Amino acid sequence: MILDGKCPKGPIQTSWDRHRFDLKLVNPANKRKYKILVVGTGLAGGAAAASLGELGYNVEAFCYQDSARRAHSIAAQGGINAAKNYPNDGDSIYRLFYDTIKGGDFRAREADVWRLAQVSNNIIDQCVAQGVPFARDYAGYLDNRSFGGAQVSRTFYARGQTGQQLLLGAYSALSRQVKAGTVKLFARTEMLDLVVVDGEAKGITIRDLITGEIRTHVGDAVVLATGGYVNVFYLSTNAMGCSVTANWRAHKKGAFFANPCYTQIHPTCIPQSGDHQSKLTLMSESLRNDGRCWAPKKKGDNRHPNEIPEDERDYYLERKYPSFGNLAPRDIASRAAKEQCDDGRGVGPGGRGVNLDFSAAIQRVGEDTIRERYGNLFEMYEKITDENAYKQPMRMYPAPHYSMGGLWVDYNCESNVPGLFVLGEANFSVHGANRLGASALMQGLADGYFVIPYTIANYLAKTKPGAVKADHPECKKSIEDVKSYNNRLLNINGKKTVSEFHRELGKIMWENVGMARSEETLKDAIKKIPVLREEFWKNVKVTGKGEELNQQLENAGRVADFLEFGELMAKDALHRNESCGGHFRVEHQMPDGEAKRDDENYCYVGAWEFKGVDKEPELHKEPLAFDNVHLAVRSYK
Amino acid sequence: MNLTLHVWRQSGPKEPGKLEQYEAKNVSPDQSFLEMLDEVNEHLIKEGKDPIVFDHDCREGICGMCSQVINGVPHGGQERTTVCQLHMRRFSDGDTIYIEPWRALAFPILKDLIVDRDALEKIMQAGGYTSCHTGGVADGNALLVPKPDADYAMDAAECIGCGACVAACPNGSAMLYTSAKVAQLAALPQGKAEAAERVCAMTDAMQAAGFGNCSNHYECQAACPKGINVKFIARLNREYQKALFK
Repeated sequence: MILDGKCPKGPIQTSWDRHRFDLKLVNPANKRKYKILVVGTGLAGGAAAASLGELGYNVEAFCYQDSARRAHSIAAQGGINAAKNYPNDGDSIYRLFYDTIKGGDFRAREADVWRLAQVSNNIIDQCVAQGVPFARDYAGYLDNRSFGGAQVSRTFYARGQTGQQLLLGAYSALSRQVKAGTVKLFARTEMLDLVVVDGEAKGITIRDLITGEIRTHVGDAVVLATGGYVNVFYLSTNAMGCSVTANWRAHKKGAFFANPCYTQIHPTCIPQSGDHQSKLTLMSESLRNDGRCWAPKKKGDNRHPNEIPEDERDYYLERKYPSFGNLAPRDIASRAAKEQCDDGRGVGPGGRGVNLDFSAAIQRVGEDTIRERYGNLFEMYEKITDENAYKQPMRMYPAPHYSMGGLWVDYNCESNVPGLFVLGEANFSVHGANRLGASALMQGLADGYFVIPYTIANYLAKTKPGAVKADHPECKKSIEDVKSYNNRLLNINGKKTVSEFHRELGKIMWENVGMARSEETLKDAIKKIPVLREEFWKNVKVTGKGEELNQQLENAGRVADFLEFGELMAKDALHRNESCGGHFRVEHQMPDGEAKRDDENYCYVGAWEFKGVDKEPELHKEPLAFDNVHLAVRSYK
Repeated sequence: MNLTLHVWRQSGPKEPGKLEQYEAKNVSPDQSFLEMLDEVNEHLIKEGKDPIVFDHDCREGICGMCSQVINGVPHGGQERTTVCQLHMRRFSDGDTIYIEPWRALAFPILKDLIVDRDALEKIMQAGGYTSCHTGGVADGNALLVPKPDADYAMDAAECIGCGACVAACPNGSAMLYTSAKVAQLAALPQGKAEAAERVCAMTDAMQAAGFGNCSNHYECQAACPKGINVKFIARLNREYQKALFK
């Protein structure tokens, strides 16, 4: 099946404006008759729920945390891009569009990326109006810095807590709507099924995480903004509750999963300290503005980094990519770091780390300025490692961070299941095979504030409000299905804990489907995952009952989904016989080790249709066309 | 190292709770406090016992979800640190550690170490926002914000809403939390228009939710993992006075 992304035809510069005009509208008096269910309250979901509520729709918003303010968007540190060109350094919507297409290694849709670049400017204005305290200069103007993959300073920031501040902005807008009564917020609930009636998304079945009650909420449309799936690796930079569950259950109800193999391994994370570890901590890429990456030239050089003289250090990014240097994009910087370590020149425990050195910057601008720019990051680093990065280099190693794949959506952010919309990291749309820094926040807010309010109306205008009631047979069936699934988990009463299974899966995924993949490792993963899954369903131990606060049951459901999803991820990576962005197949590389794309055969979005667990999924393709940025070898040299 | 833990166990909001004793063995100094508890839980599960439930999520000190009183101090007493960022190297072999949930009238216990912090939401919903519309706002540089004001607002905005200030306060007051949002928005031109209305609404909500009053103990500031300063409480009081005389 050839998928249609429904992108507007004609000149790209006016594509969004023309499309927006062509979209159907819902009469203001009719908006309140429609109910929209929004799952997830991060940047995309929080912004969407607030904006839709403000428009007059009846919104119900759901999150698994105890407050919408705790969504994992809050952990983003570095910044958010916009094409404002305030610094007068040559930025434009076109340049942001161009950088993003190229950064994504030509595996994103042009029209979606153009729209993202265009509305980026509105986002900054919106957040400023909400009282987001962006960094300002002494004249009172907004300040900018630069980020990986760009040669202009287009990143807006709020110390090292930009994600937090933007999320609090969206959360405050959401709180305002809760007060106004347009949004009903259901915290501590987890979506466990999608209710599809006559082929259209009409509800969700949730578990109340406090009481354990399973119930269905019906609506006229469902918006998923549930984030990413890289916790499939067990150790990642994601929050512990981040999972693929909502997306995966929607996938099982017919939504196609696009490009699952595109995962981002972020280059600047704090290296793992031991087997006891529960998560990896990311250090903002903005650190690479002032920090210089290096590894000792000599193998196995165990000296304290401060004792290694200048001429015995290899500033490998500056050497290999002179024009972008330390600001090379994430996939490139990650692979370069791994190369140093694989070559036996890594630092720290197990040789799994490289140095990120601020001594030159401290000499240049002084410790106070560095503290001003990154103070909280240095503090965080010290808490975790017990090392003072003002006095010695930080140690860094790449870690799973972000998923560029997600549910397939068209230009309207609508999945192939009518009425099911997917926003932010949960969809696949704008990042291609690699995400540039400071663009995740941009996408979340673009989708939530400035895309979905227009595109969802087009669907609702064709829909009779309130068509499905809570007593519909599909709702009852969904509740029964979820209950029996949970009971199955609770009744296994095996010997291994959920975490043990998750760790084992993570090991398979990291070693076989991680930063470098080959036909051999992928086939190995595809063999091992079903075996582990089978063992899980025979030998997992989940304590407690369903009708109570039960964190083991929550985790068991999430890991069960990862055990199915991981296999799809490996299959997608195996079928994509090329390297692109974060998807690096060792069989496909240039003589100098760079990723080698195969545009002739793989210039498409790969979207998978679920056919059953232990059955082969079916691949559907959406061809990608590049009319505005010509397909070229991606070079940052 | 080996530790003895006394952990608050309570099966539900209406059930009585009590401290129970557990041993944590072979704890690595590089483990975080929560990772240490994870391991204790793994053992409990294998023994077929109910694991200790506690709130946590990002495990990097920013989501504000984790909430434990450790040896009598919210977040364990290391300066500017959440429980998830507290590491076992701060403890010694043979230590006895007491772990309890946030204690405050406005935060009922849901189970074990988990409390209900919905009262903080009510304060936000009362007025912790600017009433701007999506779209139709001015250019970000249309209203200049002097750097000192932006920095001051950012200092206040760093609050992660964990509620440690409430748990630390002998009065169970939410003044520090409320003042941070009031001060942030009052310092910015975008927030000034509604400043008087906001401070009154948020103060009313705070009282309605069952939080106590401030009597200048400064325990909130001492417990705050983000170092939110009590000067914002002074700002809250001043904004409130201004609003009353308006």
